[in-house]
Amino acid sequence: MRIELTVNGERREADDVWEGESLLYALRERLGLPGSKNACEQGECGSCTVYMDGVPVCSCLVAAGQAQGREVTTVEGLAGDDGLDPVQQAFVECGAVQCGFCTPGFLVSTHDLLARNPSPSDPEIREALAGNLCRCTGYEKILDAVRAAASAGAQS
Amino acid sequence: MDFLAPSTWAEALAAKAERPDALPVAGGTDVMVELNFDHRRPDALLDLTRVPELREWAWDDGRIRLGAGVTYARVIAELGDRLPGLAMAARTVGSPQIRNRGTVGGNLGAASPAGDSHPALLAADAVVEIASAARGTREVPVAEFFTGVKRNALAPDELIAAVLVAPPAGPQQFCKIGTRNAMVIAVSAFGFALHPDRKEVGTGVGSAAPTPRRADAAAAFLAGELEAAGLWESRAALPDGLAAEFGRRVRDAAAPIDDVRGTAAYRLHTLSVMARRAATWAWDEHRRAA
Repeated sequence: MRIELTVNGERREADDVWEGESLLYALRERLGLPGSKNACEQGECGSCTVYMDGVPVCSCLVAAGQAQGREVTTVEGLAGDDGLDPVQQAFVECGAVQCGFCTPGFLVSTHDLLARNPSPSDPEIREALAGNLCRCTGYEKILDAVRAAASAGAQS
Repeated sequence: MDFLAPSTWAEALAAKAERPDALPVAGGTDVMVELNFDHRRPDALLDLTRVPELREWAWDDGRIRLGAGVTYARVIAELGDRLPGLAMAARTVGSPQIRNRGTVGGNLGAASPAGDSHPALLAADAVVEIASAARGTREVPVAEFFTGVKRNALAPDELIAAVLVAPPAGPQQFCKIGTRNAMVIAVSAFGFALHPDRKEVGTGVGSAAPTPRRADAAAAFLAGELEAAGLWESRAALPDGLAAEFGRRVRDAAAPIDDVRGTAAYRLHTLSVMARRAATWAWDEHRRAA
């Protein structure tokens, strides 16, 4: 089947979509957006987190057909014309990336957290990121980056 | 595979009548896992996310009628005060991403013995509203809804329309055992409700039997002891050992198995502890509310 949706502000369509395939597969394999990562395929790891109609979801658990007509923002859509999003910049500056596979999901989840709650407490950060797994860093640098992005936002 | 995407409730029921083999999908948090892992290949998917009627909740004759497609995130944000037990259960579901998509209706449809909402719905005496194009609407008490492991009372042409839950007359509690606070499929779970208006106790046991089930004998025991001692009226402290005995009787209602998440013996132990704690917390809240 064919699906049409808005991805990162652009109208996109994909053909020959299998009815049972995930939005994640459609983004990566049909729309050339490999930023969202395919790891667990069961909603446990958060590496495929994208916004759909403004709400963070695991794109591996959204049927591609369910995204028909919806607005999707992937990690590729976070940066603007003037460079990286402050969340991305903070992850770079804090060294919150090791292998990098979980990073796109953490970026989208953090972006959503700070949009809703510009100065979160540590427990609020942990709760917001509870659905994103990192197997390299032990999370300390990631938490540093979220705090740094929050204070950068507070100063801007 | 066909992808059916009705945009009204009437269309959804017509589609299910015409294609009883179609697998309903809402938030996808169970169904998509089965598809991604090639565990299930239905002939058709019936996407219910475009049916606006399912996304609403409203008061209905003194009960809250929770549309089957209302997400856990919305139960927490919009109904935390009016459906406290269900909201407590909803907060333990998966992660923010999962709570943004998963629905109570989907939880009932999957009918897993470990479904997080089930103990809370059992304790609150919730009723499942089921509909078909041919026969209209019927109501099934949630205690009669689960018929086996991942099996429920739905006929092939039926869909879950809503869950009907009376707002609580007393405190409610929900407890769940797992290895961390997030992303846990319950090792065991327990829902509890005090119904001081009718001097009854509600219970729900999760992940410790082939289906979610109530612990009716334990509930009747606790309600009877509270009645005999005049505690419903006096709101005095629970007699020493009563909550623990209630916990032991809740344990007796379970029929768990050993599996990858835990042993039967551990499940029984945790149930007795959770039931004791839940009853104590709820009774303390009841006393404070006096």
